Amino acid sequence: MNRLATNLSGWQLENPVIAASGTFGFGHEFASWYDINVLGSISLKGTTKKPRFGNQTPRIAECRQGMLNAIGLQNPGVGVVISTEIPKLRETFKKKIIANVAGATVEEYLQVAECFDQVAEVALLEINLSCPNVKEGGLAFGSSAESVANICKELKKTVKKPVYIKLSPNVTDIVEIATAAEAAGADGLVLANTLLGMVVDTSSGKPIVSCGIAGFSGPAIKPVALAIVYRVFPKVKIPIIGVGGIANAADVIEFMSVGATAVQVGTQNLIDPLACHNIITELPAKMDQYGIEKLSDIVGRSHRC
Amino acid sequence: MCLKMKKMADFKVICNRQLAHDTFLMTLSGKVDFHPIPGQFVNIKINGCYLRRPISICDFNDHSINLIYKVVGQGTKILSEANPGTKFNLLCGLGNGFQPHLASGRIVLVGGGVGAAPLYNLARELKARNANFCAVLGWRSADQVFYAEEFADLCKTYIATDDGKIGERGYVTDILKNSSYDYYFACGPYQMLKGVHSLGKAGQISLEERMGCGFGACMGCSCRTAQGSKRICVDGPVFFDDEVIFK
Ligand SMILES: Cc1cc2nc3c(=O)[nH]c(=O)nc-3n(C[C@H](O)[C@H](O)[C@H](O)COP(=O)(O)OP(=O)(O)OC[C@H]3O[C@@H](n4cnc5c(N)ncnc54)[C@H](O)[C@@H]3O)c2cc1C
Ligand SMILES: Cc1cc2nc3c(=O)[nH]c(=O)nc-3n(C[C@H](O)[C@H](O)[C@H](O)COP(=O)(O)O)c2cc1C
Ligand code: FES
Repeated sequence: MNRLATNLSGWQLENPVIAASGTFGFGHEFASWYDINVLGSISLKGTTKKPRFGNQTPRIAECRQGMLNAIGLQNPGVGVVISTEIPKLRETFKKKIIANVAGATVEEYLQVAECFDQVAEVALLEINLSCPNVKEGGLAFGSSAESVANICKELKKTVKKPVYIKLSPNVTDIVEIATAAEAAGADGLVLANTLLGMVVDTSSGKPIVSCGIAGFSGPAIKPVALAIVYRVFPKVKIPIIGVGGIANAADVIEFMSVGATAVQVGTQNLIDPLACHNIITELPAKMDQYGIEKLSDIVGRSHRC
Repeated sequence: MCLKMKKMADFKVICNRQLAHDTFLMTLSGKVDFHPIPGQFVNIKINGCYLRRPISICDFNDHSINLIYKVVGQGTKILSEANPGTKFNLLCGLGNGFQPHLASGRIVLVGGGVGAAPLYNLARELKARNANFCAVLGWRSADQVFYAEEFADLCKTYIATDDGKIGERGYVTDILKNSSYDYYFACGPYQMLKGVHSLGKAGQISLEERMGCGFGACMGCSCRTAQGSKRICVDGPVFFDDEVIFK
């Protein structure tokens, strides 16, 4: 029996630890640190139809127990991701991956999703309706239940692979948006993307990151992300991938307890390239410590306490 | 080509002393089996800071590395207070490094401020290659000058300070304008690099940017180059003069 196994819409994962989009490059960057096949899976960098340079630098700032980023969806475009990055990742990673779909219009989301839908290595599509760092897209779509439902419906008409919607925590009522996504056919949810935040240079008063306000991630946001998963879990039947501030095996247990079927580790990869590897290695001992036989047993147990 | 290797390891402070105003030299002991190339950097985990801090390797041997750093904020302040015996976790072997084998003719090393640090390692390598080279190093004021003698032991060294109390008064570019050279290696503040670049010779330039990871994962350090967008942490920090696009 594999005590760590989990399942997302029929896709069997050896363990629930997935590298989060944007913090793991296109995967192969980590192959020089460890055998990345230990991962449950990898979510690729947010991908648009055409290449994007992203925002001006500085794109990075630090805060207590976290960071700010304003990358602005830098990526080489879906064509290059499929022709170059995925085959390169394939050389070292033998499992299926998650494609992270971004766009500025509903049409662009559909086009990018349709391209990834044809790729055998892609297990599911993660639709990023929550990027805080681009003016046109992302967050604009993720902020209202109607637009999320609309994009879900359109996607479900054309793509065959499971559609997971990655939502923003920067909304008034995430439960309303999450339930609208489910009603519109979403196969799962990824909760959540970065919060909004900023860091200011004390001497000049100028924001450090070029766009001023940026995406806030890391251990500092874990309580917020946990609360989101906790609130959404009893209101939906579709699986939730929990993400936000995960740094160790105990954090994974917390996220699964509040209702996550799998988790993503993001920012921690940047300060510790071995983070996912170590979390996966530590999980069995942590489970023993808390008397957990199988991880899948604990999904949502906080609601049963 | 040298073998490029990345690794994570704990290193122990064996010496940490002030060299000049706000400038420190830290010697860290550990296994140096990752073949550092001049211009490469380490990314240091500092207790009390969430992100790591990138610092260039100034010098090394089989069992220790030297870092020269300037105290500019919280992280470097904590570094400066570390006593011998303190352990730091390092990501080693990051960045591409300088390529001295591509330089020919009369070579000049151009350093500004703490940017002189990685050039010391390069000077040692050029010396070992019997290259024809000199160093032109600039600092804001005389109290910030470090390693002048160490450089002078390896090559003819010219110094410029804004106040002229050591070396010539003015900028490194003032010295360069009156010198004849064929190739340069430069590291220092952005405006200095821009000035050196504008003199039009062929060379290699080490750039800096705020980094999320230091090993290619986050796209935090991207810059536009003549060859498209590049990550300073893996495609750099060293770029050829004809790649760099200055703002
Ligand atoms: C490839 C590379 C090599 C470097 N080599 C050296 C060296 O040999 N000696 C040296 O003194 N300095 C070097 N620096 C600059 C050094 O990384 C910063 O001065 C240091 O990170 C400042 O940290 P802090 O906590 O003291 O400052 P803070 O301002 O408190 O730092 C806040 C954040 O900003 C980042 N940051 C601040 N200034 C810089 C900067 N100039 N460049 C990059 N990130 C910055 C920090 O890493 C941190 O994430 C190098 C930078 C890079 C990118
Ligand atoms: C540098 C950086 C880049 C990111 N890029 C993306 C992206 O392209 N698409 C996306 O859906 N999320 C992106 N994210 C968000 C993360 O995937 C994750 O949802 C968020 O950072 C919270 O998790 P964490 O605290 O574990 O990092 C990015 C985060 C960071 C720090
Ligand atoms: S600092 Fe993360 S890619 Fe360069």
